[in-house]
Amino acid sequence: MFKKKSLAGPYMAFILCGTIIPLLAVLYFALVDKNGSLTFANLASIADPIHLKALGLSLLLAFICTVICLLLAFPLGLMLRKSGGNKGFVIFLLILPMWMNFLLRTIAWKILLQKNGFINMILTSLGLGELDILNTPTAVVLGLVYDFLPFMILPIYNVMIKIDNSLVEAAYDLGATPFKVVKDVILPMSMPGIISGITMTFVPAMTTFAISEILGGNRILLIGNIIELEFLHGGSRNVGSGLSMVMMVFILISMALLNKFDKNGEGTVV
Amino acid sequence: MANILELKKVSKSFDNELVLDELDLEIRENTFLTLLGPSGCGKTTTLRIIGGFIKPDTGVVLFEGNDITDLPPNKRQLNTVFQKYALFPHMNVSENIAYGLKISGKSKQYIQDKINYALKLVNMDDYGKRDVAQLSGGQQQRIAIARAIVNEPKVLLLDEPLGALDLKLRQDMQYELIRLKNELGITFIYVTHDQEEALTMSDTIVVMNQGYIQQMGTPENIYNEPENAFVATFIGDSNIIDGVMVRDRLVKICDVNFPCIDEGFGQNKPVDVVIRPEDVVLDEPGRGQMDGVVTHLIFQGVHYEMEVMAGGFEWLVQDTVMQPVGKEVSLRVDPENIQIMNKPASEDEEAIVVDV
Ligand SMILES: Nc1ncnc2c1ncn2[C@@H]1O[C@H](COP(=O)(O)OP(=O)(O)O)[C@@H](O)[C@H]1O
Ligand SMILES: [Mg+2]
Repeated sequence: MFKKKSLAGPYMAFILCGTIIPLLAVLYFALVDKNGSLTFANLASIADPIHLKALGLSLLLAFICTVICLLLAFPLGLMLRKSGGNKGFVIFLLILPMWMNFLLRTIAWKILLQKNGFINMILTSLGLGELDILNTPTAVVLGLVYDFLPFMILPIYNVMIKIDNSLVEAAYDLGATPFKVVKDVILPMSMPGIISGITMTFVPAMTTFAISEILGGNRILLIGNIIELEFLHGGSRNVGSGLSMVMMVFILISMALLNKFDKNGEGTVV
Repeated sequence: MANILELKKVSKSFDNELVLDELDLEIRENTFLTLLGPSGCGKTTTLRIIGGFIKPDTGVVLFEGNDITDLPPNKRQLNTVFQKYALFPHMNVSENIAYGLKISGKSKQYIQDKINYALKLVNMDDYGKRDVAQLSGGQQQRIAIARAIVNEPKVLLLDEPLGALDLKLRQDMQYELIRLKNELGITFIYVTHDQEEALTMSDTIVVMNQGYIQQMGTPENIYNEPENAFVATFIGDSNIIDGVMVRDRLVKICDVNFPCIDEGFGQNKPVDVVIRPEDVVLDEPGRGQMDGVVTHLIFQGVHYEMEVMAGGFEWLVQDTVMQPVGKEVSLRVDPENIQIMNKPASEDEEAIVVDV
C-alpha cells in the first residue's frame, strides 16, 4: 500500500504544482479586483458584447471542427476495420504530422493559403481562379480540423478495431443490412471512442488562440484570443482569469452532457 | 424428404492453400447433421459458406433447389449460433433475442411473445432483463440459440457451440440441443471435432479430413463400418491391421485365416482390416483363433483395456473381465465384427493421417 502511494508521489507533486495551484491562483484573480478586494465584475465581464461574440464564435467554430472531424474519422474507422491490409501503416501516416510542432504546421497552412501561395499557384495554373480564405473563419476551421483530426481518429479507431467481427456477422446473420449493422452494432459499440474523440477535439478547438491568430490574422477573435490579450498584451489579468473561469464552466457543462451519452462509462473522458 | 441444402463441387482456397476441394454435400430436410473432423479440416469454412459469410471460389450452394451462392447472409433463411456466442454487449438478453425480429418488422406483441417462448424453450424464463455480461458461458450459449431460433430459420448452423463449456454442462447441453431440434422440427448443421458429441447427437455424420469428405452416414454406420483407416481411427479406438483377402468371406491376418462377411474384394488382395477393441474376445490359450500374451492393462471404469501381443501385432482389447499382464490368452473375433477396407489407392490418400 505504502509503496504504491509513494510511487504516485511525483505525479501528485506535478498535479499539485501544474494544475491545482495555478487553478486556485486563477480562481483567486478572477474573484478580486486590482486592489485585491472581492468582486464579481471579472466573471460578469463575459457579458461584454465583444466577449460574448468571441465565446459564441469559439463555440461555433469548435462545433463545426468537431463535426467535420467526426464525419471524417468514423467512415475512416469503418474502412480500416474492413480492410485486411496494413492498418497500422495508414494510422502511422495520419499520425506522422503530429510529430511536428503544431505551430509550424499551422504556419505552413498560412503560407500555403497566401494570396500568391502554393495553392493559388496551382489553382490559377489550372484556370480555376483564386482561393481567398486566409483570415476568414473558414481558414481557422481548416486549421482546427487539420490539427485536431488525429485526436478524433485515434480513439475511434482504437475502439472500433476491437469490435469482434463475429458481432458484425451475427447482425448480418439476423437479417441486418450493412447500414443497419453500422447503426445498430458498430456505432453504439464505438460510442466510448467517439465521446473521447469529441472531447479531445472540442476542448482544444474551443480554447485555441494560436490557430485563430495565425490563420485568422487579427480579424478572428476567439475567446482564447481575448484571454490571451487580457493576460499578455496590456489587459487585466483579473478579467482574463474571470473569462477563463467562465470558459472552464462552459467546457465542464459540455463534458457532463457528453458523458450522459456514454452509458458504458468506458470512454477516457476527463 | 427433399434436400434442403446442397453443396456442389464447392472449392475454397485461402492464401493459395486449398481448404475445400470440390466438396459435394446433400443435406436432407429436418436432419441433425454433424460435420466432424480434426481441427483445421475445413468444417468452419464449410459452415461459413453455407451461412454466406464466405464465397466459394468455385461451385454452388443450393437452398431448397435455388442457387444462393451469391446471396448475402442477411438474405438467407438460416441462422447461425456462433462459437463465441457473439451476443451484442450493448443490448440486454431480450433485446438480443428481439434483434432479428425487429429487423424483419414484427409487431411489438409478436416480438414479446417470441421472447417469452424462446426464453422458456432454453430454460431461462426470468433472464430477459439481464445484461449479457452477467451470464455464464452456458447461459450465453442458450441466449445465442434463442436469438437464432426466434427467427424460425429453416436451417440452424452451429459451430462448436459447446466447445467452451465444461464437460458436465456440455453433456447437459447436448441433450437439450437434441430436444430443441425435435421440438422445432428444423434442420441442424452442427460442427464439432468431438467424435463422442457427434455420435450422441447426430442423425447423420459427415466425417471430414483435409477438405475432403471421408464418409457420410448414420452414427452406427460410421462407427461400425468405417470406410477407411482415417474414419476408423478418428471414431473411437480401433485395431487397424494389414490383411490379405484370400477370397470372399475369408481374410488372412497375421498368417491366420479369419472368416468374415465381406465380399467383392477379389482374391489375394491386400486390405486394411478394422477390428474394434470391444469385439476382440479373450479366452484360455488354444481355444480361440490365435494365441498371445497380455502386455498392458489399464482399468477404465466401465471396462479394462488390455494389449495382447499375438501374431506379431499388438491387439487393443476391451473387456469387463481382467487378464493380468503376462497371462497367456487366446483371442477370437466374430465374422460380423471384422470390417474390411480397401488400402488407399494413392500416396495422396495415404497422407490422410490422423492428427487428434
Ligand atoms: N480467413 C482465413 N484466412 C486464411 N486461412 C484460413 C481462413 N479461414 C480458415 N483458414 C484455414 O483454412 C483451414 C480450415 O479452417 P477451418 O475451416 O476453420 O477448419 P476447422 O473449422 O475444421 O477447424 C485451416 O488451415 C485454416 O488455417
Ligand atoms: Mg472451426
